[in-house]
Amino acid sequence: MASTASWAHPAAPAETSPHVSDEVKYTTCYMCACRCGIKVHLKGGQIRYIEGNRDHPVNKGVLCAKGSAGIMHQNSPAKLTKPLKRVGPRGSGEFKEIEWEEALTTASEWLGEIRKDDPRKLAFFTGRDQSQALTGWWASQFGTPNYAAHGGFCSVNIAAGGLYTIGGSFWEFGEPDWEQSKYFIMFGVAEDHDSNPIKTGLATLKARGAKFISVNPVRTGYSAIADEWLPIRPGRDGLFALSLAHELLRAGKVDVDYLIRYTNAPWLVIRDEGGAEDGLFARDGDGNPLCWDRNADAEANARAPGVAPALKGEVTLADGRRAVPAFQLMAERYLDAKYAPEKVAREIGIDAATIQRIAAEMARVAFEEQIEIDQPWTDWTGHRHEKMIGRPVSMHAMRGVSAHSNGFHTTRALHLLQMLLGSIDVPGGFRYKPPYPKPAPPGPKPAGKPDQVTAGSPMGGPPLGFTFGPEDLLVEADGTPRRIDHAFSWEAPISAHGIMHRVITNAWKGDPYKIDTLFMFMANMAWNSAMNTTGTAEMLTDKDPDTGEYKIPRILYVDAFYSEMVAYADIILPDTTYLERWDCISMLDRPISGADGAADAIRQPVLRPDRDVRPFQDVLLDLGFRLGLPGMTTEEGKARYPGGYSDYIVNHERTPGVGSLAGFRGVDGKSEGKGEVNPDQLQAYIDNQCFWRHELAPDERYYKHANKAYLEKAARLGFIPAPEPIVLQLYSEVLAGFRQAARGHGPVQPPDRHRERVERYFDPLPIWYPPLEEQASEDLEQYPFHAITQRPAAMYHSWGSQNAWLRQIHAANAIYLPRGRAGAMGIGEGDWVWLISRHGRVKARAKLMEGVNADTVWTWNAIGKRAGAWNLDPNAPEAREGFLLNHIIDELLPADESGHRYGLADPVTGQAAWYDLRIRIVKAGEGEGDETSPKPAPLTPPPSVGGRVGRLDYGADFRRRRN
Amino acid sequence: MTDLPERAPEKRLGLVIDLDTCVGCHACAVNCKEWNTGGYHAPLTDEQPYAAGTDGIWFNRVHAFEAGEGAAGRTVYFPRSCLHCDDAPCVTVCPTGASYKRAEDGIVLVDEDLCIGCKLCSWACPYGAREYDASAGVIKKCTLCIDRIYNENLEEVERVPACVSTCPANARHYGDFNDPDSDVSRLTRERGGYDLMPEMGCAPTNKYLPPRPARKGGEGGDEVLADAESPGGVLGWIDRLLSA
Repeated sequence: MASTASWAHPAAPAETSPHVSDEVKYTTCYMCACRCGIKVHLKGGQIRYIEGNRDHPVNKGVLCAKGSAGIMHQNSPAKLTKPLKRVGPRGSGEFKEIEWEEALTTASEWLGEIRKDDPRKLAFFTGRDQSQALTGWWASQFGTPNYAAHGGFCSVNIAAGGLYTIGGSFWEFGEPDWEQSKYFIMFGVAEDHDSNPIKTGLATLKARGAKFISVNPVRTGYSAIADEWLPIRPGRDGLFALSLAHELLRAGKVDVDYLIRYTNAPWLVIRDEGGAEDGLFARDGDGNPLCWDRNADAEANARAPGVAPALKGEVTLADGRRAVPAFQLMAERYLDAKYAPEKVAREIGIDAATIQRIAAEMARVAFEEQIEIDQPWTDWTGHRHEKMIGRPVSMHAMRGVSAHSNGFHTTRALHLLQMLLGSIDVPGGFRYKPPYPKPAPPGPKPAGKPDQVTAGSPMGGPPLGFTFGPEDLLVEADGTPRRIDHAFSWEAPISAHGIMHRVITNAWKGDPYKIDTLFMFMANMAWNSAMNTTGTAEMLTDKDPDTGEYKIPRILYVDAFYSEMVAYADIILPDTTYLERWDCISMLDRPISGADGAADAIRQPVLRPDRDVRPFQDVLLDLGFRLGLPGMTTEEGKARYPGGYSDYIVNHERTPGVGSLAGFRGVDGKSEGKGEVNPDQLQAYIDNQCFWRHELAPDERYYKHANKAYLEKAARLGFIPAPEPIVLQLYSEVLAGFRQAARGHGPVQPPDRHRERVERYFDPLPIWYPPLEEQASEDLEQYPFHAITQRPAAMYHSWGSQNAWLRQIHAANAIYLPRGRAGAMGIGEGDWVWLISRHGRVKARAKLMEGVNADTVWTWNAIGKRAGAWNLDPNAPEAREGFLLNHIIDELLPADESGHRYGLADPVTGQAAWYDLRIRIVKAGEGEGDETSPKPAPLTPPPSVGGRVGRLDYGADFRRRRN
Repeated sequence: MTDLPERAPEKRLGLVIDLDTCVGCHACAVNCKEWNTGGYHAPLTDEQPYAAGTDGIWFNRVHAFEAGEGAAGRTVYFPRSCLHCDDAPCVTVCPTGASYKRAEDGIVLVDEDLCIGCKLCSWACPYGAREYDASAGVIKKCTLCIDRIYNENLEEVERVPACVSTCPANARHYGDFNDPDSDVSRLTRERGGYDLMPEMGCAPTNKYLPPRPARKGGEGGDEVLADAESPGGVLGWIDRLLSA
């Protein structure tokens, strides 16, 4: 080679300052639920580049894999292009294209008949909907209580557990103090929820040397970078939390001042076994809760400033009743030796010494490394504090806690731990995001009682809400549910997000009544959003043998893509992508606030649709007008929002001065929170990069639940009804009230078959119990493994599989087994195995790993696809190797002694208990093939859905233009 | 074959990748893909994008693997892209001069007009950081976002590689290793930044930061909390706390 000529820099100089884009538009991402701000660069009418918005409060410039793949979402060949009408049998996928007018006329005829007859015959359920302030209101205007979004199968345990306990919650309504926390424990979070803020937060924590513990059966994602990974057994987080509480109480490492000032720990609980008030708070004639004032040695209004409440000691009240502070009931319970680390270690899967050490570390950080900020503030009583004192232990929890049938109480147990440590909304702790905290529980109550549902009229309130007691349940006199999903019934009295995962089963059964139309938006209920997937598809296609009609007579479906659900609908209304429409991320729903400021946001159309599709929200308003719904129709009979959703966003007022967006209100655009309609509001948002944020003043940033300046501001901005303190509910009187009903007190009581269950699970203090699936299974030993899913960071539910880039990261999912256990079963890497539950079996390919709890197997969620769906080639790995655990999860528990089958759900909230699943694993036989099973017949997209390219050269146009 | 610059480049631009905070989210990989599919090497072709056998061009790939067993085990996320080596064998092996290292900043680039698609460079690179575009018949690779880092059409703060600007976990840093005060030099110094496979003799510019020592517990002397002294029974400590 010595004689070979060599080249010195023959290459032309690289162009280093190319023109980037013709135009940059700001909007809000929707590639997952996190609502990051994005800048969309457009060039020649195409998207050149999507990047995070540096000025945006959620993501501060960063953007995840999903957000960065927005180009391929927009470019997907799975986009629906025109309204469709089913022409073949349901499920066959045979459609004909129709015009919008025909589609909307048909839909409004169906819905109009229902509304005149019985509005409950419309079941309207939306999926990962970020316009619930609109959709819930629309349902209420229509007059049906049968409305919910996806929260019931997502995280209502976290939400309700938080809102009933601390008036806020993990994720949506609170966040760890990433800047100041010194000790952070994360429960049941893999790589999402929320996506970018957690990653950014973890990097901040680690750079400061704070300790990060991840409690998760699986060591992936966030757990991979934890200082300490605790591979807990699924469904045991609550027991772990209560054992930590045991340790803190045993050692007296409890923030007594915090408990007295901010929680109901000192409130007196009536002790009157068998009596009507047993377990309720003792109150004075004005309804104020009582405490025992140590100074006066007498009962006193617990809310009165200046009292010195006792935390222990049974007392006799002036009227002769016996009562004891809630704190004492709590302490006595968790000091019981049954919560001692050595007693629970085996159940939890974490050794006793580790539990003891974690408790000791938490106590040391909370009480010996307290933070003091030189920032005076004034509490609700008017007392001025010179400093803000922080206990820098913070926590976060999400689906791993939520998706178990004990998730509500587990969430409460975590909040109890936070209260004992005095670490809620203090420097270094967990912090509320405005408009939270709100009273625990917040209002309103759900509507849907007999006098609220009238043919042809709106309902007298919102379909979803918060029950305060048995009298708020939506049940008939005999206890029968009034809602099709059985929400707010004795099966799930606090189902604040509804129970979407029961709708299809109940509608098919006609339990408690038959419906006419199932109207769904963006919810893949024929596949990854349903339990018992195969059975669900059968219910959607099942016919009444007597009439030959489908048991669910009409299905109206809205989606932007050719998802598995499309084949099961009768009329399809095609939606736009998130880059083609207006949206608002509203303070009335789940805004984008952070702990230091209230914020909301919009999406603006950055591209014009190139096909015959319409934004769902526009369609909903149009349907509302066609139906003559009063909120959408003027007195002259004209459309109230002729400009569609953007018109509604600006001009709709929920209460005078309060609308979809809190920013830039008033005629001059300068009002915040409340104010007159501003016709230029959307332009003001666009000029402000599509969001609005109100920064809190330094003295408002902590102790929001009791901070005078914050509470007054929150009331002024319309976040809370009045500037009154929010008392943290260590002891839940709401739960005690339901328990009293089960014990035979009060006018509304559960039917006998539910009594024992309600009494047991409506304990006013957090409890732990084995997941209901485990309790109900008689042959549990046949199913030795827990089986759970994790959400990949680079894929959002089923949406990612049609994305040419994201599916290159996850195109097939394996079942991950603990290496040692797999070896003992003779299962090796890549072997095909059967995963067998009491409900069914699914075949998957095995991968072995170290980083998983020894009793647990797991896979990625929603990677498996039905062949042909999402316009993928039927032989794509998603269909051949990808699989769903959903096939083997029964939506119902085994029958109890009376023959009744409860849902596989939390008995308090109705939350779908996906992660209760138990299975056994059997190696597949030699002749059983190398594909997943079950594998339903391939779907064929309708002709109007575009063709698939064999080669994608996105960007070639930009290069041609450059040259 | 192609010469490396005669003198060491004035600047040595490159990346520091922090394995302490990388959670394997693929943000860097996808943002790189979307910038670069419209950039210097446009397009980053994807074969069979909606079928089996999908094969796309990525300048940055994230690998996940486990290291160690039992309690000593770790899950590692490892982003891999061109390391812009000082002794770049992909350059010296190039028969046409298409693959070259810039004298001004050390970036290793491919000039597609000179590339004959012989793939010698991809065989020579021990890191697998070269991508062959079969449809164009040329090699494409990480440019360190040469069309961003000097781009006068971008704001100054945006003149960093796409993977760096998008990383949510702050696990990617960009700068000049010849400047001892740059972030990348400082991080390398303070956190023990290391070369990937130094035994290959390529003298890579990019550095990886090892995970920080995990705080497994016991640092504070914590083992088990002592029982509260309780003259007044189990909850006697409450009286003491309240009267303090």
